[in-house]
Amino acid sequence: MAKKIAVETTINGEETVFLCEPRQTLLEALRDNLGMIGSKEGCGNGNCGACNVILDGVLVNSCLVLAPEIEGRSIVTIEGIAEGGALHPLQQKFLEHASLQCGICTPGFIVSAKALLDDNSAPSEHDVRLWLAGNLCRCTGYDKIVRAVLDVAENDA
Amino acid sequence: MAGTKQNGTAKLAANGQNGYKVIGTRPVRPDGVDKVTGRAVYAADVQMTGLLHGFVLRSPHAHAHIRSIDTSKAEALPGVRAVVTADDLPEAEDKVEDLGEGAINLKYLSDNVLASEKVLYHGHAVAAVAAVNPHIAEEAAGLIEVDYELLPPVMTVDDALADDAPILLGTLRTDSMGEVGTEPSNLASVFSHQRGDLDAGFAGAHLVVDRTFRTETVHQGYIEPHAATALHSADGQITIWTSTQGSFAVRGQVCEILKVPVSRLKVVPTEIGGGFGGKINVYVEPVAVILSEKAGHEPVKVVMSRADVLAATGPTSGSNIRVKIGVDTDGKISAALAELYYEAGAYPGSPVGAAANVSLAPYAIDNLQVDGYDIVVNRPRSAAYRAPGGTNVAFAVESVVDELAEKLSMDPAEFRILNGAKENDRRPDGLQYARIGHIETVEAIRDSEHYQTPLEGKYRGRGIASGYWNNWGGQSSATAVLNPDGTVNLNEASTDIGGTRASIAMQLAEAMDIEYEQVMARVVDTDTVSYNDVTGGSRTTFATGLAAYNLGQQLLQEMKNRLADQWEVEAGDVSYEDGTFSAGGESLPFVKAAGLVQREEPLMASSTVHPQDFGPGFSTQCIDIEVDPDTGKITVLRYTIAQDVGKAIHPSYVEGQMQGGVAQGIGWAINEEYIYDDEGHLLNASLLDYRMPTALDLPMIETIMVEVPHPAHPYGVRGVGEVNIVPPAGAVANAVYQATGVRMDKLPISPANLLEAMWAQEAEAELVPGDD
Repeated sequence: MAKKIAVETTINGEETVFLCEPRQTLLEALRDNLGMIGSKEGCGNGNCGACNVILDGVLVNSCLVLAPEIEGRSIVTIEGIAEGGALHPLQQKFLEHASLQCGICTPGFIVSAKALLDDNSAPSEHDVRLWLAGNLCRCTGYDKIVRAVLDVAENDA
Repeated sequence: MAGTKQNGTAKLAANGQNGYKVIGTRPVRPDGVDKVTGRAVYAADVQMTGLLHGFVLRSPHAHAHIRSIDTSKAEALPGVRAVVTADDLPEAEDKVEDLGEGAINLKYLSDNVLASEKVLYHGHAVAAVAAVNPHIAEEAAGLIEVDYELLPPVMTVDDALADDAPILLGTLRTDSMGEVGTEPSNLASVFSHQRGDLDAGFAGAHLVVDRTFRTETVHQGYIEPHAATALHSADGQITIWTSTQGSFAVRGQVCEILKVPVSRLKVVPTEIGGGFGGKINVYVEPVAVILSEKAGHEPVKVVMSRADVLAATGPTSGSNIRVKIGVDTDGKISAALAELYYEAGAYPGSPVGAAANVSLAPYAIDNLQVDGYDIVVNRPRSAAYRAPGGTNVAFAVESVVDELAEKLSMDPAEFRILNGAKENDRRPDGLQYARIGHIETVEAIRDSEHYQTPLEGKYRGRGIASGYWNNWGGQSSATAVLNPDGTVNLNEASTDIGGTRASIAMQLAEAMDIEYEQVMARVVDTDTVSYNDVTGGSRTTFATGLAAYNLGQQLLQEMKNRLADQWEVEAGDVSYEDGTFSAGGESLPFVKAAGLVQREEPLMASSTVHPQDFGPGFSTQCIDIEVDPDTGKITVLRYTIAQDVGKAIHPSYVEGQMQGGVAQGIGWAINEEYIYDDEGHLLNASLLDYRMPTALDLPMIETIMVEVPHPAHPYGVRGVGEVNIVPPAGAVANAVYQATGVRMDKLPISPANLLEAMWAQEAEAELVPGDD
């Protein structure tokens, strides 16, 4: 078995140290080593966005990042989106708009949408669709997802 | 602008309609917070002490005999705890059983889980490993040596029915309307529905259109790969945690494959990340059980990769379809013929039977024939996919209908209304309709702002299409406990794929005249309630909702009985109105009554239902597109769906079903297909190359919920989940014709296929003398 290495990092604002094998992806380390199951694996090769996390302010597919790469860096996962026990407005609007059916893609969409709104507080419908084109949803046809994100953006503006 | 329209929300009163208090409102689902915070546990999220990880070795060949399998090197790798092959499965019986998703030969079922003598498709499971981590399991699987004797692949209907076609299944004989053939064949079954006088109908026709079509294999495309964790305990008790549309269907299949008593196997459903029909058949579940047993009764989790999901699960049939329809001078259909050749994949069981029912269902036709052929090919065993078989055949029929309307110079909506099926008309197999809302959906599209607004611009086109789906009732079981504080716990076993905990709880709340928030619905395991059919056939809100309604009625009746004893009156004298019980001067609000009636004895109710009168669904849809003449790419400009939904319990989730089904249908129509090389290798087993629609590929999808209450349900519920995927491919094809003048005879209408057809049309036009 491969020798494990220690990775010092910041996850959702908490300084963290974890052990992983060099070949483990960030997604695998989050899920299997740290028990953070909110990031989902839909494809394992960067096509579905279900595992998206924000790495030093940049949206990434955690299945395409090796776990040791986050040494000394900071990530935000779905588990860090709610603010002090209260749902984030995106989470609230996803519920109100019935933007999820099965829900497996939802964490990835919420993380991606947060990254969008952090950068652009007043996106157009096209902006939202373009940004979220890296996240696949097979249940909703995207209509209610896009509405929820636009609703949050309008309320913030 | 389409993007700002509020999906008909404005048309719905905020607090229900028609006297309902809960039904018609849009409450938040009980599992919602867990799903937006990442806490919800899906199949791959299951963790437990001592968990081992499984990996399945799959065939690199489409068609081969397995001469031998040598697992010794894999077993010797440090960290490996068990290796299994088909030899570790009990001998399967060559008999047919119905295990919750249509009849299946148990030998085929077992062979699909782990191949015994032959591999029948690229990706067919041949062996599996359990190890201390997934990487070691995968490494070990690579050390398993399988000696294959290659056979020629049989990939299409035409390959399979050729005179000298290699035979996939040596024991398969053609079942022709109950008559079984004597020679091995790749044609599993053939049937024909006939009525009236077809020849006379065509002979008397003013105009006949006769076309053939081809559609490709497509996948359900759920974002959560299949996964299961199994614990085979030393005492023989087995638990499986898995994401499935039917925990009882998993129990039934695994018990038959592994020959274990039903009482020994508990299936615990996790949250499910999509299914669309594809999470009913078992794949990794029995494998995880035998790995757990062989690994010393440690739990084993098997998670499929995306490539495995595409290569070895799901898909629905590719098909060859011929449709011939004749009309008289008034535009009435005088005769119709449909021939349906469906690829079942490696084992019999394509959805051709359902497809035959869908085919001409929207139309009233006196002279008709529909022939169906179920054909095995070297592709994965086909599984149900949302209105199974319907999209293929509706693409063909709706294309021909559009061509007829055009040649008659009739509006395509008016043609559909003129010929539309209504109450007392018959489906192709003869089933007579009760009250249906088909024509209402066509009228809703015809009268919509979308259809009434002209579409202008070069290379732009508008198409409409209609579709039918049978729906299903099925069996449901549920229990409800009345708590002394007036809240209710509702235990049901229907997998919640799209908000059904809410839509079922709402029906219980309505039945008891209490708040939605007083009811907490839970999806429970197979030991907790009685048998419950899969979440499929658009049946859950209908049938499990009916069980919930019954539970409410039972609880109320027992409350009345007990209050009557307390108040020393007859039970029939106790009334319940506006949340208050009263009789003979006594009165008590519901919450207080809930406590009072349970001082001596707790109160719970159970309900089992098997409704037969489920009533079909119809949908008519309108699409505007623009074609890029240089690339063949289709851009969807606008989409409107009208669907007969019976009664929308939770309108947001009904809209969601309509929008989601259409999105899948658009993907099927314009991009999705399995691409194989000449040797039967699947070339596009990734979500980059198997191209499903993204948010950027679709506009907002407008919904018109036509509510024609279903007479056989207390709240008028009709199945809404499936019919929406039936019309899109036909609608797209008809819009493509308007945009380009090309009638596409195959799916997908991908950029490459469309460009080729446009070029062929241009070349043909250039050959016409004098035409420049």
